Amino acid sequence: MPGVTHVKTTLNDEPIDFLCEPRQSLLEVLRDVLGMTGTKEGCNDGNCGACTIILDGIIVDSCLVLGVEAEGKEITTIEGMASPEGLHPLQQSFLENAALQCGICTPGFLLAAKALLDAEPDADEGRIRHWLAGNLCRCTGYDKIIRAVLQVSTAK
Amino acid sequence: MTSNQVLSEIEYNVVGKRPLRPDGVDKVTGRARYGDDTNLTGMLRAKLLRSPHPHARIKSIDTSKAEAFPGVRAVVTAKDLPFAVLSKEELGGEYTALKFASDHMLASDKVLFKGHPVAAIAAVNAHVAESALALIEVDYEVLESVVDVREAMKDGAPLVHEDLRTNDMGETADKPSNIAMHMSYAMGDIEKGFAEADLVLEREYTTATVHQGYIEPHNTTAFWNSDGQLNIWTSTQGSFQVRGTVASVLRLPVSQVKVTPMEIGGGFGGKITAYLDAIAALLSKKAGAPVKALMTRTEVFEASGPAPASWMRVKIGVKNNGKMTAVETEIAMDAGAYPGSPAMQAIVCAFACYDVENGKVDGYDVVVNKPKTAAYRAPGSPQAAFAVESLIDEICGELKLDPIEFRLLNAAKEGTRRIEGLVARRIGLVECLEAARAHDHYKSKLSDNTGRGVACGYWPNRGFQSSVVMTVNFDGVVSLIMGSVDIGGTRASIAQQTAETLGIAYEDVKPTIVDTDSIGYTFITGGSRTSFATGLAAIDAAEDVKSQMISRAAKIWDTSEDDIEYVAGVVSHKSDEELKFSFKDLARQLATTGGTISGRSNVDPTGEGNGYAVHIVDVVVDADTGKTDVTRFTAIQDAGKAVHPSYVEGQMQGGAVQGIGWALNEEYFFDDTGKMMNPTFLDYRMPTSLDLPMIDTVIVEVANPGHPYGVRGVGEASIVPPMAAIGNAIHGATGNRMRSLPISPVRILEAGWENGKS
Repeated sequence: MPGVTHVKTTLNDEPIDFLCEPRQSLLEVLRDVLGMTGTKEGCNDGNCGACTIILDGIIVDSCLVLGVEAEGKEITTIEGMASPEGLHPLQQSFLENAALQCGICTPGFLLAAKALLDAEPDADEGRIRHWLAGNLCRCTGYDKIIRAVLQVSTAK
Repeated sequence: MTSNQVLSEIEYNVVGKRPLRPDGVDKVTGRARYGDDTNLTGMLRAKLLRSPHPHARIKSIDTSKAEAFPGVRAVVTAKDLPFAVLSKEELGGEYTALKFASDHMLASDKVLFKGHPVAAIAAVNAHVAESALALIEVDYEVLESVVDVREAMKDGAPLVHEDLRTNDMGETADKPSNIAMHMSYAMGDIEKGFAEADLVLEREYTTATVHQGYIEPHNTTAFWNSDGQLNIWTSTQGSFQVRGTVASVLRLPVSQVKVTPMEIGGGFGGKITAYLDAIAALLSKKAGAPVKALMTRTEVFEASGPAPASWMRVKIGVKNNGKMTAVETEIAMDAGAYPGSPAMQAIVCAFACYDVENGKVDGYDVVVNKPKTAAYRAPGSPQAAFAVESLIDEICGELKLDPIEFRLLNAAKEGTRRIEGLVARRIGLVECLEAARAHDHYKSKLSDNTGRGVACGYWPNRGFQSSVVMTVNFDGVVSLIMGSVDIGGTRASIAQQTAETLGIAYEDVKPTIVDTDSIGYTFITGGSRTSFATGLAAIDAAEDVKSQMISRAAKIWDTSEDDIEYVAGVVSHKSDEELKFSFKDLARQLATTGGTISGRSNVDPTGEGNGYAVHIVDVVVDADTGKTDVTRFTAIQDAGKAVHPSYVEGQMQGGAVQGIGWALNEEYFFDDTGKMMNPTFLDYRMPTSLDLPMIDTVIVEVANPGHPYGVRGVGEASIVPPMAAIGNAIHGATGNRMRSLPISPVRILEAGWENGKS
């Protein structure tokens, strides 16, 4: 068995420590080591975006990042998006716009959309379509997802 | 410019509204538990060893080194399946079905497609299991394979199954063949029909193998307890289907298998087959621990069930005024490694949009060395529609007829007899075509270099069995228990029908989907059946609740049930205005007047209403690259009644976009032996948000007489028209008629070079 490495990181604003094997992806660490199963595995090769997280402010496919690379970084997952006060406006908008059917891609879309609107609150339809092109959804045809993000954007 | 319209004739209180889905918060916060989110104490991980060859005889399998590998807890091969020790005599008529089902899970004598499982390992984690796979030694004798459906039909083609004989309309052929089945239907006088025509066109079409492309890979967790009870937590469109398959292959009574359906991350027909469950169960039994298995994306592509490639010949005769006089088609579909392609559905759907007196359809179910195909959204119908609707567009071009007027002239309607013999009940194709003709999109002027195409699509929709139980809580909230897996909003649509029937608020119905021990047999979520059939069960169970509520009020008021009526959620005495209970008030009385009330229903309805869709699409084709951009898309569909219009629109838009992918990009590339060359989402390119416009929708509502609210079911018809609509639009833009899917940039460029048009 390979040895394990001690990693100190910040997950959804909480400092945490974990042990992982160097070969384990951050996706695997989140799901299997930390029990944070909101981050989904769709392809494990960086092509579907279901495992999208925000790492130091940048969206990444967590299947393409090693767990040990999280050392000293700040991770935001879907579990960190709502607050005790309620859902994030994007989460609420996805619900109201029926922007999910099966829901497996939803956490990835929400984090990708959050990263976009955090940086560009007035993103328009073209920008949103471009930005979300790294996240695959097979149920909706994207229409209602784009509308849900547009509803939160200040672009009108 | 974009719009979503609902053409409603009847309004209800809850049905037809757009409430938030009950499982919504869990799904936007990451708390919803999908199959792979299962984690049990002591759980092991499984990995499968799969064949690198599309066709080979297994001479031997040596698992001893893998079994000795540290961290490995169990190894299984086909020898561990009951089939290995059952004789042909013992099994009798069951033999072939069990051999196919068992071999599909774990190959015994031959591997029939690349990715065919030959062994499985359970280990302490997935990395260990994967490492140990390399230690399994399999000695293969590689055999010649057959990949193309037409090649496989020829005499002398390599045989996928040495003993498969064609079932030709019930007669078994005397020599082996890759043609598993031939089906044929005819009506009228086909020769006379073609003789009467002013124009007869005949063309051939092909489509490539495509995948449903659900984002969640297949997964399962099994625990075979020492008391003999087998528990399975899995991602499936049908928990009872999984139970049935596992029980059959493992030779267990169904009651010994309990299947808990987890949330499912997309299916589209591809998550009906149980690929992993019995294997995980066998590993669990050997290891004495729970075992979880999860396919990689490459495994999903190579070894789950894509939709078949097809070859089709279509011949249509018409009068100069556009009236169709005769139709004929031959459709051959590759089933993959085991029989069961949707060729039958294809020939039934092919001409279901048209009222024509003379017709003949022939379907061929053909085995090849590719993964066994599975259902994919309206299985068989999209391929057939691509051929038929493309040829109709060509005819409209020849006769200078408007494509919607042509279709209105020939449209199937109530009373139309189809070639296989079914007579249409009330259907809404004409209303869909009229909505298309009236739509701003169809009336808008085309800009330069833009082509416009239209096409129709049909899916019969399904009934089948559903079971529902509902209990009235003492606060008046109704717990709704069902077996139908929710793949895209049916918790909401069944809860809405329940609330409508009971006359209570949507928020006062709490839907829960339960395991196979906790509800009666319920058929899959598929066939566009759930909102219809499980909806009917819920309505019936709600009626059961209503009659019991009346009985209880009669008891409380010490009067006869005949004196009491239940209207819009209020139970009242017909002649005494003072005596009246709201649903909640009466619910509060239940505890002290005999206990709670449960309504229940088991249905097997046959009143399904056929579904029709019409799509309009505009495209621009780049002359230099051959790339097609869809610039405007309008999907029109008869929902009967849209229970939750947002999710109906979602089905229409999702199906349309899967169709756009099927039309333009999606394709399994096989090498000559049948190895898929593009088994990743990078190389099997599905549409992204950047590739698409908004998808406009028009929901047409022609009530289905077989459902109290007129519901038809909406999940499938929307994937049927896009391929032909896009092909027809590309013809409009380029002048080139495309008869093979996908209409990829290279095919468009080649057509341009050949025809001198680009």
